[in-house]
Amino acid sequence: MTTTHEERPVTTTTQNAGGVPAAQTPEPVIEMRDISITFGNVRALDGVSLRLLPGEVHALMGENGAGKSTLIKALTGVYTIDSGTIVVGGEEHQFSTPAAAQAAGISTVYQEVNLVPNLTVAENMLLGREPRFLGGINVRAMNRRAAATLERLGLDIDPRSMLGDHPIAIQQLVAIARAVDVEARVVILDEPTSSLDADEVEKLFEVMRRLRADGVAIVFVSHFLDQIYEIADRMTILRNGRLVEERMVADTTQLQLVQLMIGRELEALERLDRAATHQVTTTEPVLKAVGLSRKGSLEATDLCLYDGEVVGVAGLLGSGRTELARLLFGADTADNGTLEIRSARRRLRSPRHAIDRKVAFSSEDRKAEGVIADLTVADNMLLALQASRGWLRPIPQATRNRLVADYIEALDIRPADPNALMRNLSGGNQQKVLLARWLITEPELLILDEPTRGIDIGAKAQIQAKVAELAGKGMSVVFISAELEEVLRLSDRLVVMRDRRKIDERRNHDVTVSDVLEIIAGQGDAAGSRTEEETSRD
Amino acid sequence: MSAATATLGTTSLWDKVRTYSPPPRFLPLIVTIALFAGMFGAGSVRYENFGDPQVFLSLMINNAHLIVLAVGMTFVILTGGIDLSVGSVVAMSTMILAKTLEKGWSLPVAIVTVLLIATLLGTVMGLLIHYFDIQPFIATLAGLFLARGVAYLISIESIPIANETFMKWAYEPITLWSTYWIRWSVVVALIAVAVAAYVLAFTRFGRTVYAIGGNESSAMLMGLRVGVVKVGVYAVSGFCAGLGGLLFALNTPSGNSLHAVGMELDAIAAAVIGGILLTGGRGYVVGALVGVLVLGVIQTFIIFDGTLTSWWTRIAIGVLLLVFVVIQRLMTRRQT
Repeated sequence: MTTTHEERPVTTTTQNAGGVPAAQTPEPVIEMRDISITFGNVRALDGVSLRLLPGEVHALMGENGAGKSTLIKALTGVYTIDSGTIVVGGEEHQFSTPAAAQAAGISTVYQEVNLVPNLTVAENMLLGREPRFLGGINVRAMNRRAAATLERLGLDIDPRSMLGDHPIAIQQLVAIARAVDVEARVVILDEPTSSLDADEVEKLFEVMRRLRADGVAIVFVSHFLDQIYEIADRMTILRNGRLVEERMVADTTQLQLVQLMIGRELEALERLDRAATHQVTTTEPVLKAVGLSRKGSLEATDLCLYDGEVVGVAGLLGSGRTELARLLFGADTADNGTLEIRSARRRLRSPRHAIDRKVAFSSEDRKAEGVIADLTVADNMLLALQASRGWLRPIPQATRNRLVADYIEALDIRPADPNALMRNLSGGNQQKVLLARWLITEPELLILDEPTRGIDIGAKAQIQAKVAELAGKGMSVVFISAELEEVLRLSDRLVVMRDRRKIDERRNHDVTVSDVLEIIAGQGDAAGSRTEEETSRD
Repeated sequence: MSAATATLGTTSLWDKVRTYSPPPRFLPLIVTIALFAGMFGAGSVRYENFGDPQVFLSLMINNAHLIVLAVGMTFVILTGGIDLSVGSVVAMSTMILAKTLEKGWSLPVAIVTVLLIATLLGTVMGLLIHYFDIQPFIATLAGLFLARGVAYLISIESIPIANETFMKWAYEPITLWSTYWIRWSVVVALIAVAVAAYVLAFTRFGRTVYAIGGNESSAMLMGLRVGVVKVGVYAVSGFCAGLGGLLFALNTPSGNSLHAVGMELDAIAAAVIGGILLTGGRGYVVGALVGVLVLGVIQTFIIFDGTLTSWWTRIAIGVLLLVFVVIQRLMTRRQT
């Protein structure tokens, strides 16, 4: 640990004391320098550096796909790095297996609890390095040692109880206790809070503070900005596999952080023209959700959708946008809350129920959940209609031909050949076929999750125009997209998501991209309560 | 225990008994033991001499080989695997033993050869299962055909065993008290159960077996030696099958390719009835022992009755198996 280095850390931008009590910067426990990893043609990490100081909570920030997980897996030996160095306590290391990283004092606690439910808490903490006596496990010594570690972390858990008998939050804490018992110098917590409630998160933070006081470096990954500001000292921000900046949390406002994560300066973003806002005339909503929630994916959310209205859902990746859509469609079942479709109370147990009620959902992951590559354009288009009719009532050939020809023309799908194999179409045209698939069922509510992702600008414009046209004809549309400009251009009403809940809902009158970013960055609870007032006035 | 109840002495003990609720993980085992006791009790009431301790001891003597097979099967099932080869390995073992003795090998050498070959076969299946990611069902099905084939290759005819020492082990009774006796095969089987119980409960190997059954990828991420243990359980099962074959030979005493057809299914049934979860991670080796005894007591019933055909054994086992699998399902559902 005390090995001196000629090469000092390069990225010493802001070096205030912050969470590190020592006046000077202590020697980093771990330094990753210029790490690059390539998967096929994709550069997952491009010259990323990360340094961890003893006794700090270091937040790793970035949107989904920014490279956080890849960086963690590079550090823990799951992925091998193509170039760059990892220096642990002054020595250069190359971890080829998770076990090697563990031996160097790097422990990881994943989002999913990676323990065994059918063994005791003590066994889960110590198995693999349990105290032994004459070849057998010394159960009493093992329980004692587990109890001591749990006590050090301030946890009141019986080490002899079965792990599976505890709620998931406790299991998560046991996983951390296991990590700590290895004499870990670095503990990586990858989204540990995503399935915990507020009290449980507080307990986790308590444990993290104790570890920090013991000089352990903690890497903390979370989508919840408030949590970052509560616990983290320093952060490294990644975007598109590149290092953006290393900063002190205290010196960064939430707004700045969001900008750094998304990568655009607010001033540079101009407000885009959008179509005249549609005014809702009917009073009866197509769909009304009250207190809709699901543990680990969405907190209680109210939402009303009206005929002829486009509701845009904005928020960072992982803010609960897709989760909301899936709950509305019945792809996931809600734990709590009610759903009314046309004023009739419904419980959507499966997408089939939703389709029967004239709700359609185009998934964000078109490769995995939508496109069937080996079927023709016509087959792909007619899939949902056929499913809703039941397999025993085939669609007459004439009707098939007419529908397919109509939609190929209406959406300008190329090649304009109903018998072309789906795999041979470009992404944009595949997306149009998927849109056609749902339009053919004549839904009253259409949920579009990232309908324009990864497609060229021309196809994008065509899809946007079609969405506007459909709403004009009275269809209710939920439009989800990572591109704020697009959401703002299309929607009549705007729903802003953050931390798995709706934080704002407003008419789309002169709302700018920077307005939305400010809402997302928010000012913690103040913003939340203000929003509630506003929405209740609506 | 409050002071008031403690002073009442006997009542406090009764309170303890009355309010005692076993941890849910022991429940299937307790149900099986209760079932066995109930069946044995019912038999004693219904038939004369059924309650004689020697009936129980004979149960052990007749099923010693199956107990050993069930012990090996317990290891495999606890990891979430299955071993279909054990019945054939029993037949192969009896043949190898009979043939080598016929050729004039000394008894210890013959026994060690049998155990080595059976363990080796188990190890090879384990290696295939772990390193080539082959379904245990398929890998051990291949082992089933292979071992049975080897048995036929050695001889199509039955080979009698005439080794003097071996015959002495086979027929020499061990008197327990007054006129009650067991045979050496029972001693071997009970030692196997005891060793297995210790290994599973108190060694890293045993706990890793449970961990793999609980969640294999978690076990891997916890840094446990998943590969070694996974191969190890099939080696243990192979060894137990070889040992079971030796005990089976003591009962018959001969080598025959037709021995033990379908016995792997009896071993699996015994383990399941004994409360060992087929998905792995839950159950105790003692359960497998009791499971074998339950199967045995059904047979005893039919023998004592005299009017039922022996196929009723199969029907009873089928019904019991179904009931126990449903119980297991309900229990695991409640816990998740």
